[in-house]
Amino acid sequence: MRLARHLPVTTLAAAIAMSGHAQAQTEITVATVNNNDMVIMQSLTEAFEEAHPDITLDWVVLEENVLRQRMTTDIATGGGQFDVMTIGTYEVPIWAERGWLSPLDSLPDAYNEDDLLTSVRDGLSLDGTLHALPFYAESSMMYYRQDLFEKAGIEMSDQPTWEEVREWAGELHGSEEGLAGICLRGKPGWGENMAFVSTLVNTYGGRWFDEEWNPELNSEEWVSAIQFYVDLLNDYGPPGASSNGFNENLALFSRGNCAMWVDATSAAGKLYDGNESDVADSLGFAPAPVAETPKGSHWLWSWALAIPASSENQEAAREFITWATSQEYIELVGETQGWTSVPPGTRESTYANEQYTEAAPFADFVLKAIQDADPTDSTLEPNPYVGVQFVGIPEFQSIGTQVGQTIAAALTGDTTVEQALESAQRATERTMQRAGYLD
Amino acid sequence: MTTLSSKTAAPRSVSGWRSAQSKRILLTLLGWTVALVIFFPIFWMILTGFKTESAAIADPTLIFSPTLESYQAVQERSGYARFALNSVAVAFGSTFLALLLAIPAAYAMAFLPTKRTKGTLLWMLSTKMLPSVGVLVPIYLIFRDTGLLDTRTGLIIIYTLMNLPIVVWMLYTFFKDMPKDILEAGRMDGASTLQEVFFLLLPLTLPGIASTGLLSVILSWNEAFWSLNLTTSNAAPLTAYIASFSSPEGLFWAKLSAASTMAIAPILILGWMTQKQMVRGLTFGAVK
Repeated sequence: MRLARHLPVTTLAAAIAMSGHAQAQTEITVATVNNNDMVIMQSLTEAFEEAHPDITLDWVVLEENVLRQRMTTDIATGGGQFDVMTIGTYEVPIWAERGWLSPLDSLPDAYNEDDLLTSVRDGLSLDGTLHALPFYAESSMMYYRQDLFEKAGIEMSDQPTWEEVREWAGELHGSEEGLAGICLRGKPGWGENMAFVSTLVNTYGGRWFDEEWNPELNSEEWVSAIQFYVDLLNDYGPPGASSNGFNENLALFSRGNCAMWVDATSAAGKLYDGNESDVADSLGFAPAPVAETPKGSHWLWSWALAIPASSENQEAAREFITWATSQEYIELVGETQGWTSVPPGTRESTYANEQYTEAAPFADFVLKAIQDADPTDSTLEPNPYVGVQFVGIPEFQSIGTQVGQTIAAALTGDTTVEQALESAQRATERTMQRAGYLD
Repeated sequence: MTTLSSKTAAPRSVSGWRSAQSKRILLTLLGWTVALVIFFPIFWMILTGFKTESAAIADPTLIFSPTLESYQAVQERSGYARFALNSVAVAFGSTFLALLLAIPAAYAMAFLPTKRTKGTLLWMLSTKMLPSVGVLVPIYLIFRDTGLLDTRTGLIIIYTLMNLPIVVWMLYTFFKDMPKDILEAGRMDGASTLQEVFFLLLPLTLPGIASTGLLSVILSWNEAFWSLNLTTSNAAPLTAYIASFSSPEGLFWAKLSAASTMAIAPILILGWMTQKQMVRGLTFGAVK
């Protein structure tokens, strides 16, 4: 009788408890790219869900360009399909200015915002407020094979110059079967060859635009830089250099087919891993080479996690991104996946961690390169834009890719450097006029 | 004269037989060459799926020690079954819906033509000429407002619309080639329009309908633009699954090939099993 009397109440209580549980369970959709660091983040889903039983994670992994287009469509139309987006230093200020991203102010004390590297934090902020949290950051530097350098009696300088690099490449090219003196990006694209080419132009004293937004692609500095790049790769580069991007060069270098390679610092962990690389034992590091000026000679990029303003799960999304970019997460990766696998370049504390610096001898180079890179002052002459290897305006994606294609044509010999840059100049002028920067 | 002509005719027929034979051999060789060229990328993809990542980007070779590590990695990372189920649902769902709409439309156009029938058919086909990206934003907004984003229903609707012009065209061609007398005889015997369609038209044009359906399934299965843009996780089909293995950093060709092989396997098997019907359907009415 007693049970019967209490049964409806108990059932109701249980139903409320269950519905409460069901309501509290929030599923957040995380859009990300497929690279090693993101795959590790995905594999640690359980660790997050255990610590946050009221949140479940749903992953959407796409190729970088597809992801960018997919996220742009969603965020521009307020589709609200994603709660967390993986975006880069290029998009954050542009999207933040349009009000597409939720500002990340008043972060919890435990997050230790001051621990974030200043240059990285600045790159992800608008008017001093963070709009995305850095997951990992990278600059560029030079990798070389110490065994070949020793054999040839070449000593790497503390700050190599491009002229020295050309000399060394000439000496080492072909000294082993299938060995290229130098590998550099040649595959066209604003995030591929133009990332490298922009840093080369910067250090040759050039810039994309003058202070009035007039393109300067046919300037003397651009011509010298691109002529140098084309000659260097044609004389001492691997065959088919115009189709090599980051991945292809990583594969070539790790198989021992390149004596030198200038590219992202994020490759260091992979090259240093004996399971993935044949040159792990002879790997040497040096700062990115310079020419006329050290300004802008190495880039700054970070993949960051942002919350679109259209997300309906702002709180849960914030819980996730503060976890995935925290010091605690970095330590979790170090302990479970090995210290060379931790997402680099975001926090001072990572570089103060002895376990990391012992496991990753390249740590100091990476830290210095990231700290030195200044997206607000990346060229010899002043410029009106933010960005080292890109120009922080929405039009740059198409400009960068178009210019990248003409430079790739010069590399393959389809056109001369002067012709390529003249045509790039005209195309950029047209785009800038249409966009209203020029009369 | 007769003897002479028969004497001269005999060697001619032998040489004619020979030339016919050599023509046949030549055509067979040509057929095989074209088939091999078409199949080679698929063959290479299947092969790459059994290589290690470093072997996949090394100099091309047919001799290597096969490994299942890419398949293992692919299987560990994301649930193939969920994506495959979505592919099956949207490919067959949209094909069923497209046939349901196209059969009456093609019937009307084939047996009750008006002076605007040809124009309508051409107009329907012209919608295929518009690049999909041109209507991405309007469709995205409609889907957002109707709650169809990332749903199988949404994808079924879009695939139905995408394939409808081709399905109507193909069915129209098959129906038109069917002798009208048979339908008329049915009508004389008192069959209603529905009975005419169900008991005469459909059974007689079944090979054509089957091949149209198969083509629609294949087109929906392989479609990537809309599936990547309108789904996130709940309704994402195998095309989204493949896309997730392409990587901006690190080696991925072997894993991508393994994922692609797994994605095309069901449709490849279906195609193989039904190729007789497909060919029969596609050549239906070609020779009268």
